[in-house]
Amino acid sequence: MIWNEARECMSRDEMNNLQSARLRKAVNRVYHNVEPYRKKMQEAGLEPGDINGIEDIEKLPFTTKDDLRDNYPFGLFAVPLSEIVRIHASSGTTGKATVVGYTRKDIDVWAECVARCCAMAGLGRNDIIQVAYGYGLFTGGLGGHYGAEHLGATVVPMSTGNTQKLIDMMIDFGATGLMCTPSYLMHIAEVIEERGLKDKIKLKATLNGAEPWTENMRKQIEERLGIEAHDIYGLSEIMGPGVATDCHFHRGLHIFEDHFYPEIVDPKTLKPVPDGETGELVITTLTKEGIPMIRYRTKDLTSITHEKCECGRTTARISRFKGRSDDMLIIRGVNVFPSQVEAALLTVDGITPNYQIIVDRVNHQDTLAILVEVEERFFSDEIKELENLQKKIEHAVHQAIGLHAKIKLVEPKTIERSMGKAVRVIDKRKLD
Amino acid sequence: MFIKQLTVFIENRAGRLEQVTQILKDNNINIVSVSLADTSDYGLLRLILSDPDKAVTVLKEAGLSAMTTNVIAVKLTQHVGKLGELLAILSGAGVNVEYMYGLTSGDENASIVLKTSDQNKALDAITASTFELLTTEETYSMND
Ligand SMILES: [Zn+2]
Repeated sequence: MIWNEARECMSRDEMNNLQSARLRKAVNRVYHNVEPYRKKMQEAGLEPGDINGIEDIEKLPFTTKDDLRDNYPFGLFAVPLSEIVRIHASSGTTGKATVVGYTRKDIDVWAECVARCCAMAGLGRNDIIQVAYGYGLFTGGLGGHYGAEHLGATVVPMSTGNTQKLIDMMIDFGATGLMCTPSYLMHIAEVIEERGLKDKIKLKATLNGAEPWTENMRKQIEERLGIEAHDIYGLSEIMGPGVATDCHFHRGLHIFEDHFYPEIVDPKTLKPVPDGETGELVITTLTKEGIPMIRYRTKDLTSITHEKCECGRTTARISRFKGRSDDMLIIRGVNVFPSQVEAALLTVDGITPNYQIIVDRVNHQDTLAILVEVEERFFSDEIKELENLQKKIEHAVHQAIGLHAKIKLVEPKTIERSMGKAVRVIDKRKLD
Repeated sequence: MFIKQLTVFIENRAGRLEQVTQILKDNNINIVSVSLADTSDYGLLRLILSDPDKAVTVLKEAGLSAMTTNVIAVKLTQHVGKLGELLAILSGAGVNVEYMYGLTSGDENASIVLKTSDQNKALDAITASTFELLTTEETYSMND
């Protein structure tokens, strides 16, 4: 089912006109209400009048995560706080988190977009949807929740953590939809198999995102559970989950272009690349009021097609993500930069030790280990002292990134070096 | 007086212990006593050696984490309850034992190596008692 046929099946010309009109409004709004945007435009010699249509978007300066951090917490908001009804924040060290705010209309647009995703996955008002993303500052839980409610479905706010209960309720309620991270879905599938409950579930479709996964994983989970799994894309800077999702044909993710204008650029030259070629996804929010994003560099690598899809939708489709143009890791749905781990280690004794981050996936769950070389200044003849050191590091890392890591002390000079430089991250997760 | 103990950090993987003993052997350093304290991932090898200072240098050169610590070596005559007596003296002085291990020697008297929460206090208390301390010379040349 197509939730909003008028918007999702527009002709390219109609879409172009809508995007042009909305971009002009958005540029006006940020120029007059958000000082950092105005400054950037002035530095580039631009005035709102220079942006006449969507084709002029390339004149506008880019926005990055650093802009959000530099203007922490509310510096990029385009409306007074009295208009803001919700705050979300991404993980990060204190003062480095990226904070976003939503007006009531933003929340409505978000719900509309997630409802479109649910409809794309074949779900509707007669379905029972369990939302098993974390509820809180993370956008997954509440984003999925409002969207599924807007769809008219019966929403069960499970959050994360209690898999047994989730499965019991899935069976007792006859739940037909599920929203969670792909790795959590794999875990749920495993428990269902262990308990021999596959025949008892009525699950039809799932929407899974906030974590990288592959087409193979998607197909595997579909077979194991006898369902149809969909990839849902989003990021809090733009909105949260619901920016794009894949339809029944699974040939890329339909991006809701009437709200989010996508560009694909070469991450080095920042020049646009043609359809079909891989580059960095850049998104401009066309309707957002709270914290509009102009040409936000997502750092996600993908390609785009504007061809009409077999499902009837005309919205552009972005391919499954091919990686990142920066060093960000997504671990159990949490965004982690190696620099955050390094900063945390620095707080332990003031000097950065030699370390290595090892990410792996064991039983479909991400694992995080940090190797730390035992240098002279940490060294002790007492186990107790070394265990204290491990605890201190574990605590500092948890404070910084919100994830528990296994801290492993290793002998000096044992961390792999490449051309004399320590290899800081090893991601063993096989995604292809 | 204190004697010097060498502590080496080793990961629990095959061949590490052997590598340490080989380096010591290559440098003509005699091992008087060995004790290993371990966790699931790593261990601390505590050694009493004929030349602890030289051992630190050569082990560090080989890329290992090594350090010397002042410990106390006490002679224990072969009487029942001797160790208990020594521990009572230490607790009476208000010091805790962090770790201890035996020092095997050729003669009939055993010795014990001690690391406490306050080594100076422990040393004073033992010196004031009837217990006898092992000197550096005695210790380093044991089992020569
Ligand atoms: Zn489609």
